Amino acid sequence: MDAEITLRVDGEAHRLTVDTRTSLLDALRERLGNTSPKKGCDHGQCGACTVLLDGDRALTCLALAVAHDGAEVTTADGLAPAGELHPVQQAFLDFDAFQCGYCTPGQVCSAVGVLAEFERGWPSHVTEDLTGRPEMSHDEVAERMSGNLCRCAAYVNITPAVQQAGGAR
Amino acid sequence: MTDLLEPRAIGQDLVRRDGELKVRGTATYAYETPVEHPAYAHPVQATIARGRVTAMDTAAAEALDGVLAVLTPFNAERLASTEDAEYAVLQGQDVGFRGQLIGVVVAETSELAREVADGITVRYEEQPHDAELSADRPDLYAPEQVNAGHETDTAEGDVAAAMAAAEMTLERTYSTAMYHNNPLEPHATTALWEPAGDGFLTLWDSTQGVHPDRAAVCQVFGLEQEQVRVVCPYVGGGFGSKGLPHANVMLTALAARALPGRPVKLALTRQQMFFLAGYRTPTIQRMQLAADSRGRLSAIAIDVVEQTSKVKEFAEQTGVPTRMMYASPNRRSTHRLAALDVPIPSWMRAPGECPGMFGPEVAMDELAEELGIDPIELRVRNEPEVDPETGKPWSSRNLVRCLREGAERFGWSGPRAHRDGDWLVGTGVASSVYPTMRQATSTANLRYEDGRYVAEIGAADLGTGAWTILPQITADALGVDVADVDVRIGDTRYPVASVAGGSSGTNTWGSALVVAAREFRTKFGADPRDGDEASGDVDQAGQDDTHAPYAFGAQFVEARVNADTGEVRVPRLLGVFGVGRVINPRTARSQLIGGMTMGLSMALHENSAWDPRVGQVANHDLAEYHITVNADVGEVEAHWIDEHDPYVNAMGSKGIGEIGIVGTAAAVVNAVHAATGVRVRHLPVTLDKLLTALP
Ligand code: FES
Ligand code: FES
Repeated sequence: MDAEITLRVDGEAHRLTVDTRTSLLDALRERLGNTSPKKGCDHGQCGACTVLLDGDRALTCLALAVAHDGAEVTTADGLAPAGELHPVQQAFLDFDAFQCGYCTPGQVCSAVGVLAEFERGWPSHVTEDLTGRPEMSHDEVAERMSGNLCRCAAYVNITPAVQQAGGAR
Repeated sequence: MTDLLEPRAIGQDLVRRDGELKVRGTATYAYETPVEHPAYAHPVQATIARGRVTAMDTAAAEALDGVLAVLTPFNAERLASTEDAEYAVLQGQDVGFRGQLIGVVVAETSELAREVADGITVRYEEQPHDAELSADRPDLYAPEQVNAGHETDTAEGDVAAAMAAAEMTLERTYSTAMYHNNPLEPHATTALWEPAGDGFLTLWDSTQGVHPDRAAVCQVFGLEQEQVRVVCPYVGGGFGSKGLPHANVMLTALAARALPGRPVKLALTRQQMFFLAGYRTPTIQRMQLAADSRGRLSAIAIDVVEQTSKVKEFAEQTGVPTRMMYASPNRRSTHRLAALDVPIPSWMRAPGECPGMFGPEVAMDELAEELGIDPIELRVRNEPEVDPETGKPWSSRNLVRCLREGAERFGWSGPRAHRDGDWLVGTGVASSVYPTMRQATSTANLRYEDGRYVAEIGAADLGTGAWTILPQITADALGVDVADVDVRIGDTRYPVASVAGGSSGTNTWGSALVVAAREFRTKFGADPRDGDEASGDVDQAGQDDTHAPYAFGAQFVEARVNADTGEVRVPRLLGVFGVGRVINPRTARSQLIGGMTMGLSMALHENSAWDPRVGQVANHDLAEYHITVNADVGEVEAHWIDEHDPYVNAMGSKGIGEIGIVGTAAAVVNAVHAATGVRVRHLPVTLDKLLTALP
């Protein structure tokens, strides 16, 4: 069964027809040709498909497109205008926080989400003091970025990159 | 001896040239190639481990609106060559392992293709399968040779006699698990046959080598090289699994051939990769060491048992590093295989060395403990002056320097164990090694174009940094600024290049680029004109056969084991490597820490849990096949010593993609032993193996 929906992707509105089974990830990649979010597992197990969905980080392979009619999606490609980079993207370059690049757009979107979560004072599994504001420590960042697998294993570069981008704000 | 390039661009810490595209997500990987009106393919896999497909009911599927083709063994065209049984997709009804490809559905959308493929009813004649590896199977056999052309068995002196006579002997069996490469980008292809004539096939394929990929496709389809173009500018990781095409590439080409003019896309699902994209065989390693009381080895032997598939043989060269690592007058290595009804094993990061430095490096630690000698000292006492296997002098061997410098940086001296609250803390060390290789074929073309030097070679960058470092090499070979050099890679339209494998890419392609640059200067001098062009082959580059070229390293680990739960944490990994001259410290460091972290993953997390009753990996997805995640990693430091090796190539480079994973798992085991007194000889080190034995 097909359905017609509207998505705002990286600032641009699209009207598109999707199968009601189409994931938001496939809607972006296969219907709209936006391949910035990657498919690594299609089961919510790797984080490669992470985007900002109405402002929060979300796994698009676990979202049905039809359930997000009218949503605002920002992919890694939409974080900064062409020719410019978001501070998180710049930090990833500075720290060489990737190799093959396949997990990277997801890591970048996840990191942007993580920094927003810090700003809102959200705790994580490793936060000791639930009454104060969590610090942007190595362990806090590593914990919050652990939903994004990197098979090239750039983790020790990803964590300081996220910290730098957070400090730069 | 080769003249080493004067390093100007070489050694510079340059940011990746493909970096901006990657952080935005606009680097296009194979499946993402923008093409007109693509069709989507989804495979059908066998659900038995052995037998025959007797019927497939496809009529209903074919009649569905939006279904474009359904191919099965009953209607697929015959391929020109079925010599390689892995590639002979849909050519017969026999099923050799569970998950084998037995069909493909092509449809207007990926959702429809998948639904239809999953709905096809298949009838089988099932036969009992045999899928359990063990060291005492009566049908183990010696392959003709093992991977990379090494001899299956080697022997020198008399190990048994040395064992009988020695003051100290050690006999232990170790095992490594089955591992799946799991590059984050699934194996994927976009294929297009031109509609007219004999056909011209374009494959946008995720591969570690566009030319080897094309060669395999040409062979299978009976095509001339000019009829096939393979394009792959970016690879989302491979770690060996994309070194040679797997059956999915042939299946996609076959599906596209059924729809001339229509691009067809096929990406394996993560689950399918556990059946079809290769894996590292589990290994069982029986080690024997004999030594005098001062730790000087009189015998070292490894007898390896591992598996292959009945469909196609792959023999991992696990025993090979034992042949050259330490000095000993009596030595033996053997490889025996069990051919099973299982998927086809293949290359995974440092085949041979990675599993093959597990048993020996744990055994050395055990021997050191038995003798009461520091494990670094034990290794130093067994340094061979020349390569024990060939008798050749080393091109450079700086293992001892790596061990000593690592000990210094890590803080090795002092007690190796202490208790910190609930945590038992210990340190461990192991050696690393990887051969320095250069492939026989690669050509680079160099042209002067609008004031820039443009080199072309069909090389691959799977995250290794080739886009960035090949210009550095070319710039130094030309004596120009690196900013004035472009190197284009990843397309068979460019001159032939070898596979990105065996850590040989930079050594091989770089050598061809250096030859091309020298030809260019000889022909056109320092002041070329637009359009001036020269090419160079790797076989014109100097090659030294008189030395044994290897990279070495030392890995140090701090492990913490929870005294109550057995949980293992590794807060610190530190490696020091002698890898020749480093072309770009930024990308090199990433390669080394990536390898070490993957080694940590092998030590603690990874294990394809094989269920022999059904003949498949039970945990075939990324939720259950655990790899190291961000929170599992503490400090990972990679250092290298200043090494000047004039015997390897003009860059002085030894290759760095694989050595980082070699030895790490042994160092972890050794650290866990120091912490707890428990020796885990069978990977991975999971808490169930520690819990009952904890003090
Ligand atoms: S593709 Fe969505 S989590 Fe892996
Ligand atoms: S950069 Fe390759 S998976 Fe993260």
